[in-house]
Amino acid sequence: MTLIGEVFFWVLGATAVLSGAAVFWVNSMARATYALAISFVAVGLQLLLLDQAYLGVITILMMVMEMAVMAVYMIMFMGMNPALMPMSMVHDKRLSLVTALVTFALLAAGILLTPWPSGRPAPTEDVTVALGMALMEPKMLAMIVLSPVMVATIVAGVSLSLHRGRYDRYGDDLERAAADDPQPGGVGR
Amino acid sequence: MTLEAVLLIAAALFSVGLYGAISQQVVVMVMMGLELMLNGVILAAGAFWWFLSPEPTGQVLLLVVIAAMTVEMAMGFAVATLVHRARGSDMTDSASELKR
Repeated sequence: MTLIGEVFFWVLGATAVLSGAAVFWVNSMARATYALAISFVAVGLQLLLLDQAYLGVITILMMVMEMAVMAVYMIMFMGMNPALMPMSMVHDKRLSLVTALVTFALLAAGILLTPWPSGRPAPTEDVTVALGMALMEPKMLAMIVLSPVMVATIVAGVSLSLHRGRYDRYGDDLERAAADDPQPGGVGR
Repeated sequence: MTLEAVLLIAAALFSVGLYGAISQQVVVMVMMGLELMLNGVILAAGAFWWFLSPEPTGQVLLLVVIAAMTVEMAMGFAVATLVHRARGSDMTDSASELKR
């Protein structure tokens, strides 16, 4: 990596951590969402600098979209403009802070005391092509597992967030003969 | 740039996320904490790949972590919707028991 690349990498690292801390420091949830999006974009750009073009790009694209959804959610549920309403909703602040600091200290001790191998092996020629070939050949099991997990997530998400599910319509034991609907309809069954 | 330094950044991200996941009361803010923790994991996995073993296996692992983050987010939003409908609030304290 060139000197400019290294400087850029450190700036992005500092941005990621500081904007991550800002998520819990700013006093409105909309600003917290933007701070988290900045943190993710910084880490995505760091992945790009580490030659992982595909993963860096999907991290950035996915997280920006996710944060947009999150902002809509907060406005929807908070029933106000969260950007204008300062708020602090925390519990066990001191215990949480101590836990986080102790965790960081333990992780840092492990990182600094571990004898990591020196030198850096050369990456493969075309990283994205190599990833694609791995996913379609020896590592296909990962994709085979991820695909049904994604489908299950869609089904579970819809089931959980439904306004009226099958248990509301047919009772707790699903034994009700006719559905309990506010507007009876259908073909008279 | 060394592996240790990048891992320290990742550890800082993880710890900040842990603070948020423990301390926040709003479900969406707890999810933000979990996301930050996974953000640190992504950076650490990327650094391991770059410094130790630049083979596709490491990237596949990263892809799985990103997918896990997607699942966490989707399920979190669904649970937040459910809690809001059942309790009229999106606070974790209002979902401390499963009964209505």
